[in-house]
Amino acid sequence: MRPLTEEETRVMFEKIAKYIGENLQLLVDRPDGTYCFRLHNDRVYYMSEKILKLAANISGDKLVSLGTCFGKFTKTHKFRLHITALDYLAPYAKYKVWIKPGAEQSFLYGNHVLKSGLGRITENTSQYQGVVVYSMADIPLGFGVAAKSTQDCRKVDPMAIVIFHQADVGEYVRHEETLT
Amino acid sequence: TRAMESQSVEELLAKAERDEAEKLQRITVHKELELEFDLGNLLASDRNPPTGLRCAGPTLEAELRSLARDNTQLLINQLWQLPTERVEEALVARLPEPTTRLPREKPVPRPRPLTRWQQFARLKGIRPKKKTNLVWDEVSGQWRRRWGYQRARDDTKEWLIEVPGRADPLEDQFAKRVQAKKERVAKNELNRLRNLARAHKMQLPSAAGMHPTGHQSKEELGRAMQVAKVSTASVGRFQERLPKEKAPRGSGKKRKFQPLFGDFAAEKKSQLELLRVMNSKKPQLDVTRATNKQMREEDQEEAAKKRKMSQKGKRKGGRQGPGGKRKGGPPHLEGRRKGGFGGKINSGPPGLGGKKKGGQHQGGKRRK
Repeated sequence: MRPLTEEETRVMFEKIAKYIGENLQLLVDRPDGTYCFRLHNDRVYYMSEKILKLAANISGDKLVSLGTCFGKFTKTHKFRLHITALDYLAPYAKYKVWIKPGAEQSFLYGNHVLKSGLGRITENTSQYQGVVVYSMADIPLGFGVAAKSTQDCRKVDPMAIVIFHQADVGEYVRHEETLT
Repeated sequence: TRAMESQSVEELLAKAERDEAEKLQRITVHKELELEFDLGNLLASDRNPPTGLRCAGPTLEAELRSLARDNTQLLINQLWQLPTERVEEALVARLPEPTTRLPREKPVPRPRPLTRWQQFARLKGIRPKKKTNLVWDEVSGQWRRRWGYQRARDDTKEWLIEVPGRADPLEDQFAKRVQAKKERVAKNELNRLRNLARAHKMQLPSAAGMHPTGHQSKEELGRAMQVAKVSTASVGRFQERLPKEKAPRGSGKKRKFQPLFGDFAAEKKSQLELLRVMNSKKPQLDVTRATNKQMREEDQEEAAKKRKMSQKGKRKGGRQGPGGKRKGGPPHLEGRRKGGFGGKINSGPPGLGGKKKGGQHQGGKRRK
């Protein structure tokens, strides 16, 4: 377990900023305590310093997880966000997408969102912008990348993909073994 | 008038006398206890009890100043009594030797650990024998130093060496002697460095596993080979490798990470700084977004006009004029794209500016 290097922090922040933009500094600098990021077995965990102090008492090979896992660094040092980060992305999300009840199940099985399943989308979403996906009842279901900008969304045919799937809450069941 | 003159002369004399007295008063200082002077250090010690200072009250500063002035005056008076001389057109007083002993500038040096010879000598009770510096040298017929440059019995300068009985007759005895001397010097140097390292508690780079025995493992041999490779003047840069030999891995610098519980505030600060830099690098004006916004506003305008037209059309039976003009809109916009935000016309209601998230206009929530 170790803190992130400058390079790793930069890569991770760039990824997270795609979803929450400048609200990221609310994660770094919190009024209710000191929270920090730590790297353990290539995974990035976000926790308060109290939890960190407790976790330091566990040996590295026996430690499975601590705090909230935000994602992991791949072998080629790219950062991949996991669904476990949704709790921190959803409140600060800048661009949101609401999908219809019929398309929810499809999304939760890991499929992309089609135009026919799209309920609402925030105005002036640009193409390839990171978005957080909600159900119509405002429950966060996961996150993805906008395949088309809001403008193009209106003009495109109903069977076109509008949101690429990145992560959904169904992964808690499907990828139980790999999530920590 | 003569009386007046004599009177003025008297006055002048009296005035001169008063002036003299004043001058004397200025340079004479009355002290109960004489000061102690150490002119070598330009030091004057005043042992008078400072009663005047204690009951001074508000005039303390003035009292102190006058005391300092008086003591300095006395010191200067003493300096003026020293023998003077002239050095390059300047009158200089020669100071005597300082009498006060000043304290140490640096702390006392700590005792060093004994060298190996000193330990041995102590153990055996060997005392250093006092030797003379010069020895009589028969060969040159003069007194020469015991060791060093042009020493008395220099082994290496001998012109005749007998070959010892058991030695190989073709061996070069002179070279052997020179070699032996070099080895002795090297051994002495090594021991000196070892003593030094012991004194400073440092570790010497040891050649522990490098000497070839017959029983070395593959890893030891590999290590010895690597060390040998690097032990050249160019630190191994121009050493060739065998045809199938691979480059040594892990010979780079070991990475150092921040400690686990480092300074949290510093970590936070550096992260915030990183975020600030990241945000500042993003362009403030995104051209595609600006054009999208423009296009959106145009669409709304179009939609609004269409509705109006449909209403009016019902009444006045179809007008094509504004519709025809409208078609000239989008191509005109493409040309304005490069102007970006500056080219924004006041199309549409003024309340449409800025990002909207589910706003109250029809343009906010996009119906399908």
